[in-house]
Amino acid sequence: MCLAVPGKILEAIELGISRIAKVEFGGVTRHVSLDFVPDARPGDFVLVHVGFAISRIEEEEARRAYDALRELENEMPEDA
Amino acid sequence: MKYLDEYRDSGVARALAARIRARVTRPWTLMEICGGQTHTIMRYGLPELLPEQIELVHGPGCPVCVAPLELVDRAIEIASRPGVIFVSYGDMLRVPGSRSDQIRVKAGGGHVRIAYSPMEALKISAENPDRQVVFFGIGFETTAPANAMAVWQAKRQGLTNFSMLVSHVLVPPAMRIILRSPVNRVQGFIAPGHVCTVMGFKEYETLTAEFRVPMVVGGFEPVDLLEAIALLVDQLEDGRSELENQYSRSVTRSGNGPAQLVMREVFEVTDRQWRGIGPIPASGYRLREEYAAFDAERVFGTSDIRVQEPPECIAALVMQGLKRPVDCPAFGTRCMPERPLGAPMVSSEGACAAYYTYRRHTGAEATR
Repeated sequence: MCLAVPGKILEAIELGISRIAKVEFGGVTRHVSLDFVPDARPGDFVLVHVGFAISRIEEEEARRAYDALRELENEMPEDA
Repeated sequence: MKYLDEYRDSGVARALAARIRARVTRPWTLMEICGGQTHTIMRYGLPELLPEQIELVHGPGCPVCVAPLELVDRAIEIASRPGVIFVSYGDMLRVPGSRSDQIRVKAGGGHVRIAYSPMEALKISAENPDRQVVFFGIGFETTAPANAMAVWQAKRQGLTNFSMLVSHVLVPPAMRIILRSPVNRVQGFIAPGHVCTVMGFKEYETLTAEFRVPMVVGGFEPVDLLEAIALLVDQLEDGRSELENQYSRSVTRSGNGPAQLVMREVFEVTDRQWRGIGPIPASGYRLREEYAAFDAERVFGTSDIRVQEPPECIAALVMQGLKRPVDCPAFGTRCMPERPLGAPMVSSEGACAAYYTYRRHTGAEATR
């Protein structure tokens, strides 16, 4: 139920009181509400749950954390 | 980055597993709260990657699994009324009630539809002004903002034929029940990353301090979960109990402000009955008085429907980490996804269904 999928904002449209975005998920495009992520802009990745973006992915934070994991892999001894 | 494939990388996963193996000196029992995380753990066979000292038990974080049977009966009662279109997330429709189930209601002439988002139910309401449209609003804190937004917009739009059967539950009160139990075995928790995306993790810091139990907010991909487990093992081996945030690409300490705002506007905290666990004080949301016109329980007068849970299912013990699904005598024989005895076998996120689907990884020889 709490599944949320990362997707990339292609464009954002103001629709009355709401902001709706076209978001791409691995080749599939869906309309997503941006009401909970007012800062999100085209090009940003958002996590989408039941039609609503619930967070804008912090790209720098994600890259820093992932680089640290990659380093761990490189340090791993061959026989591990 | 695509924020998906990177966290399924087998090289990184193996490196994390090696780090855990190098660190662990004695047995530790860890619990992931969220059913989505249970699903990842079983799907990717993470228990096989981990040293045998690490035991993973699975928490109550499956909203379909903890929805009480009487709620399912109320939903079926509403869906059977003439002139009603009943709209629900797909998983919930497969849960059998005490006498009937949703699919049979559909076959019997009731109108039941599956929706991906509560906003679809609003659209159906606007398109069918002569019908009553009822949305089955279940879920944890992750789903609550979307459901709250649907009700808020329905009020703004002046819809008079839309209501919601609300059964929202909250994670921290359930964790308290587990931690206070005299037979609790859980020594460290993976806190639910998407619930914390919405709510932040201040409440989990409180739990960590109150019960001196390590906690790591974790993501949903195999690398996320292995990193969360590595951080928990580090804490346990060091004798620390802190709140750490592994899922920092999505989770901040205070969570999503706009989402919390609409939840507070529409919902208020209430006691809730949890299937298999029983009543937990202040463990869920109901609609505020200002939104009573959108409360399906009031519109249809179903709150007096009460039923007893079937005694054979051990879901309560499974969801508190006291038993594994394969410890149940009915598992895979009298209880399977096509003919479930209890909800954890129905929902794809239920621990029993995850074990059944990916049982090559469970080490349950008897059921192979």
